Amino acid sequence: MKIVIPVDKDNMETDVSSNFGRAPYFLLYDLDTKESEFINNSAASSPGGAGIKAAQIIVDSEVNALLTPRCGEKAADVLKASDIKIYKTSGTSAKENIALFTKGELSLLDEIHPGFHGQVGN
Amino acid sequence: MKIAVLSGKGGTGKTLVSVNLASVAKTATYIDCDVEEPNGHLFFKPKNIQQENVAVTIPQVDSELCSGCRKCVDFCKFNALAYIKGNLLIFEDVCHSCGGCIILCPEKALSEKERVIGKIQKGNSDQVTIYSGILNTGEANGTPIIKKLLNISKSEENKSECNKSECNKSEQEKPALDQPDELTIIDCPPGSACIVMDSIKDADYCVLVAEPTIFGTHNLNMVFELVQIFNKRFGVVLNKCQEGENPAKDYVLKKGIKILGEIPFDHELGKLNSNGEIIAKEKEEYRQLFSSLLEKIKEDFKENKGEVHHETASSS
Repeated sequence: MKIVIPVDKDNMETDVSSNFGRAPYFLLYDLDTKESEFINNSAASSPGGAGIKAAQIIVDSEVNALLTPRCGEKAADVLKASDIKIYKTSGTSAKENIALFTKGELSLLDEIHPGFHGQVGN
Repeated sequence: MKIAVLSGKGGTGKTLVSVNLASVAKTATYIDCDVEEPNGHLFFKPKNIQQENVAVTIPQVDSELCSGCRKCVDFCKFNALAYIKGNLLIFEDVCHSCGGCIILCPEKALSEKERVIGKIQKGNSDQVTIYSGILNTGEANGTPIIKKLLNISKSEENKSECNKSECNKSEQEKPALDQPDELTIIDCPPGSACIVMDSIKDADYCVLVAEPTIFGTHNLNMVFELVQIFNKRFGVVLNKCQEGENPAKDYVLKKGIKILGEIPFDHELGKLNSNGEIIAKEKEEYRQLFSSLLEKIKEDFKENKGEVHHETASSS
């Protein structure tokens, strides 16, 4: 099973990014082989629709689940169309979240926000 | 002559200034470009309202023809398209109607369709023709409505000029200045983004309304920079003036910007205005204030037609 997490840095000590669509990197992690890969999020600098493009990148990377602190509604629409499950992260580090997910301790993200639309989120 | 009224910050008095300027002119056209919250009509209470929908063109996909090449997905700078599991998803409210995806599609799977995003209303009140743009709730981009508002009012203006020239050929080709009665007031949205740029684009003169707060001064600076980029003639109206500090006035004096007038922070004025009254009609003192403001704008425009503020040009 492969999962993906939006992250701030391209190493395993990274924190989870607070923003999905404009996260600098995505960490792809294979739970079976324990292999990790970092991909640049080319959507981060989009003038608009970053969440849609980021979700397209996630779908194209053929993962089963996304672990994110939050997700906008358009990105969620894209992910829904692809059967990728969205889980809510807990705490700050990527490693910690991989461990929690493996133990089945992360719950599905049920709160989808309407998006930031060019405004800075915090 | 077209006068755009803008402010940067909301609630500084753009509509107060716009409505009253249009009211003191003998005849005028008032255009409410604040399409997210048009409120000029509350003061004019226009009659004989005509309405027209505003639609934008967006793509629709014929899934049978789509080959999944993703040329459209990669092209769209606003990421309005995604290709998921053999299906093209189109995010209609993200689309900016450039039409590029339709041109690019090698399979001709994309075609145009119309989507209504709001409407325009036209009405009249005494000698003022009122246009209001109304963006539907939840829509992100009001620019198409503003473009249509300004185009419609422009074409109607030309029409009325044509009619006149039929009666009197010598009236033809007269510049706007010689027809002081042909006055258009554009009530802009707050801010300094695309929607404001489109509103002021064709204006002959910009009036910046400022309020005496630090926040207001910050946003005044933003529209001050904007009108300079657009090379517009402009002046400032200081609103809500009272005893004591006025950061907006300090800023205007420091930058050498022309002060067109000062509106007092006045209980009676505030009350009349918040009751939806046109204050220039209610009290002679206010009528004079806006008449002299309009005269100052016309004079400044006439004196410096085609030139940029020397003072501001050197201080920027």
